[in-house]
Amino acid sequence: MSEMWSWDRAFTVLPQLLQAFLEVTLLATVLGSAIAAVLGLVVAIVRRTAPAWVARPVHWVMEFIRMTPVVVQLLFVYYMFPSWPALWIGIGVLGVHYATYMAEVYRSGIDAVPPGQWEAATALSIPARRTWTRIVVPQALRTTLPALGTWVISMFKDTPFLVVISVTEMVSAAELFGSRTFVYLEAFTLAGLIFLAASYPTSVALRRMEARLARY
Amino acid sequence: MTDNLEVLGTMLPRLVDGLVITLQLTAGGAVLAFVVAVVLGLAAGHPSRVARGPARVVIEFFRGTSLLVQLFWLFYVMPMLGVSLDALLTGVLALGLNYGAYGADVVRGAIRSVPRGQWEASVALGLSPARRMVRVVWPQAWAIMIPSLSNLAVMLLKGTAVAYVILMHDITFVTEQLRQRTNDTFFAYGVGMLMYFAIAYCIVVAANALEARAKHRLGTGPPLKDVLRPRLPARGRAGAGVSG
Repeated sequence: MSEMWSWDRAFTVLPQLLQAFLEVTLLATVLGSAIAAVLGLVVAIVRRTAPAWVARPVHWVMEFIRMTPVVVQLLFVYYMFPSWPALWIGIGVLGVHYATYMAEVYRSGIDAVPPGQWEAATALSIPARRTWTRIVVPQALRTTLPALGTWVISMFKDTPFLVVISVTEMVSAAELFGSRTFVYLEAFTLAGLIFLAASYPTSVALRRMEARLARY
Repeated sequence: MTDNLEVLGTMLPRLVDGLVITLQLTAGGAVLAFVVAVVLGLAAGHPSRVARGPARVVIEFFRGTSLLVQLFWLFYVMPMLGVSLDALLTGVLALGLNYGAYGADVVRGAIRSVPRGQWEASVALGLSPARRMVRVVWPQAWAIMIPSLSNLAVMLLKGTAVAYVILMHDITFVTEQLRQRTNDTFFAYGVGMLMYFAIAYCIVVAANALEARAKHRLGTGPPLKDVLRPRLPARGRAGAGVSG
């Protein structure tokens, strides 16, 4: 090892990393968090409104998913459905895994809606569906947005786990480059910096948003 | 199914080995993460800029770059720089630094949420800064931080599954072997996930016990043995609906 860091290598690998970042990492994060945000809300509402024989099993399944590794879940679904495209499996599994976390966030958001809002809705004889869609959920969403964002960042940083089902996202692209050139330094360092460059500003923005929302 | 159980029987020693590896990664990672979290958390909550600045940078760095990137960096790049770590140590280091950085914010937040009056009272009583932290602030912050730290410990346990990527023979690895032997994905991964679930459950139970003890010692909760004792059927419940 005569010289350590090579800018040549860095500039060779950078476009490959950015391409994998845009095509796989970002795509998986965006679609995965869309699934998680919708499914999480559905689960949170089901757990509050459905009869116990539905709500209980849903709760257990959610707990089980939340307490087992996403890597194992990825492999499980990958081998259960070998014909499905790996990227879609990855997006689905990440989405469902983080839905269990987001459901908890929504739950606390829904609990934080003042009881007076429910009572007012009852007093005005607004039907249950309308109470949820027009009164409870909009208020719950306001307070939960920063916490949901935090889980999106978490999911973003979990996308490299897709390497176990052979999806070439940014980190596996870095590993591929490393295994071809036998030098991993630049590829992994840049991959880490790209993650940092994307997640740090987002988390700062979320913290600002949280502070602003707390003022109201 | 009987075939599956037979294979499971013959693979039992390997499953136990896998379990041991996962437990080592979890325990090692958790201890390191706790130390990192306390050191960085105290520094990040310190009034002086000199302590706060570097701590913030380290926290954001390890939180912002993904766990797998850190693991690969330690595993592939460190040997190039002349530092060769074995796989277990690499795993423990990556897990400890990554989750330690998350824990640092938990520690900082918990210390900050100890009421101002407690600090002022210990200053008024002339306690030294170290004594103030150890005897007054920390015990109260500790009770607040346990639930979040327990969540992080479960996430760390789940994070150990990436050790599979650096070819460690942990539960995930043995689960995959079991799948190849039995050719039954549902069975093999069912066994693997149940093992992870069981460990996670133990972590949650232990954390609840720790929290009950911490609260009892602060005089704000029942003693631990009352919490662990199974609850009697709530006979008074029926009347509760009438009054409230």
